[in-house]
Amino acid sequence: MENETKIRIENLNLSIGKSKILKDINVEIPKHKITVILGPSGCGKTTLLKSMNRLTDIYSDIRVSGKILIDGEDILHTDKDVTEIRKRMGLLSQRPYPLPMNIYKNIAFGLKISGRRKKRFLNKRIEHYLKQANLWNEVKDRLKEPAASLSIGQQQRLCLARGLAVDPDIILADEPTSALDPISSQEIEKKFTELKNGYTIVLVTHILRQAIRLADYVIFMYLGEVIEQGPAEQFFKSPQTEITKAYLKGSIN
Amino acid sequence: MKPFRIGRLVKERVNRVWMTLWTVIIILTPVIIGGFLLWKSSMLLEENSLMKLLGSSEWKPLSGKFGFSPFIISSLWVTFLALIIAGPICILSALHLTYYAPSFFMKIVQPAIDILAGIPSVIYGVWGVVVIVPFISGHLAPVFNAETSGYSILAGGLVLSVMIIPFILNILIEIFNTIPVELREATLSLGVSNWITIRSVLLRKAFPGIISAIGLGLSRAFGETIAVLMVVGNVTHVPEGVFQPGYPLTALIANNYGEMLSIPLYDSALMLAALILFAIVVLFNLASRLIIIRYENKYR
Repeated sequence: MENETKIRIENLNLSIGKSKILKDINVEIPKHKITVILGPSGCGKTTLLKSMNRLTDIYSDIRVSGKILIDGEDILHTDKDVTEIRKRMGLLSQRPYPLPMNIYKNIAFGLKISGRRKKRFLNKRIEHYLKQANLWNEVKDRLKEPAASLSIGQQQRLCLARGLAVDPDIILADEPTSALDPISSQEIEKKFTELKNGYTIVLVTHILRQAIRLADYVIFMYLGEVIEQGPAEQFFKSPQTEITKAYLKGSIN
Repeated sequence: MKPFRIGRLVKERVNRVWMTLWTVIIILTPVIIGGFLLWKSSMLLEENSLMKLLGSSEWKPLSGKFGFSPFIISSLWVTFLALIIAGPICILSALHLTYYAPSFFMKIVQPAIDILAGIPSVIYGVWGVVVIVPFISGHLAPVFNAETSGYSILAGGLVLSVMIIPFILNILIEIFNTIPVELREATLSLGVSNWITIRSVLLRKAFPGIISAIGLGLSRAFGETIAVLMVVGNVTHVPEGVFQPGYPLTALIANNYGEMLSIPLYDSALMLAALILFAIVVLFNLASRLIIIRYENKYR
């Protein structure tokens, strides 16, 4: 089994105002695998995830140093436009935030950004991505309805389809099931295991069981530091540090 | 039942009655004011048709001719002018403050907005007379080859726009701040530029709020009296351009009420002016409500 690295983070430090949120992060995220970033709330998981597509840029009081290499290219120090970098990554957030438009336009939005405007092409691609997110059968007769009229589980799948539509090769998911009911959560999880053949998936979660179900590779964080990382089997079976052992037993949360 | 519990129930009951009572009073107030104005202006309305009063531009109180169109049109002119100037300024600076500027910038701007909002309107009037009016007659009008004393619709619109800016801006900042930052993040992560995110998603999300902010600004501008009265010229005719003087409804009432009350019809006419003012403000409010409701039915 080859283990190609998709994202490599070197000496990443991040502070908001005077408080340090991420301290000397060094991680490697393998290609076409599900990498789970695990840890108690407030440990910097989400911040680490958002720094990967430079969403941290929009907050003027955030300072970042270090390197984030994607396919060998440092995205923190590049002449490339930040929109080019973000296009390569789809983001799924804790709660679904559909665009204030109808269902059709929610997907068309991303396609149009990449310059696709032909109606026939759009229709075909929109059907494709909605099918990929297991949503097509539920919405095919109501594409002109506002996205906000969908149930929250459907909205999250719509957001997934919207993210896939800009044709990324990485999916960043920030506790994507935390607002969903068990059945919708299951659907999202199932989708992830299907998608990992074509995408590199980085999933932030604080649900241990979800991590065990999905992870190929685990990064465990605690108070802004990476405590341990490694292949899932090794991580769950024989954790190396005391903190990890305590967390896996459930005494930290 | 224990006396303690009875005491609590009574308190609960009394509080409920109180709250309901005040709410009802708030609802009734505009109705009472409207009814009162209608009653006071009924004398004029009995002698003339409303259409004639609104459409005619002849204002000769001594011969019993009351045409309101110069006043209504002047009011609309200054109000819309103020809004055209203030609206874009407010939207752009609210966007800048919430989405582009570093956070310390807001701490400087907020007091400035509050001070602007707190300045008494008569001071805006004086500023208009001292600065705006001479600027218009001396510098602006010659550029457009217009003859004017400076006391004009434009002066009124400019002074008004500065007065409503803090008002609209404050509400807009509030509205942009209530849009979840996650929506912005989700849109940006599609690889969309900052500006497209604002234009196609955030402004759309904020649209109902923007309409109600502008609606409130509109009502405020329409009802402003002193500052406008000081710079607008107060000449009874239908203005045909921004460099001409005008005579808004508010100025008409403020200038004349209490002076010529020996003519009963005149008194009644001023009350009708107030009623028209009142009705138009209500219409503005209804219109902005309607736009918001229709928008919300469409998008959520």
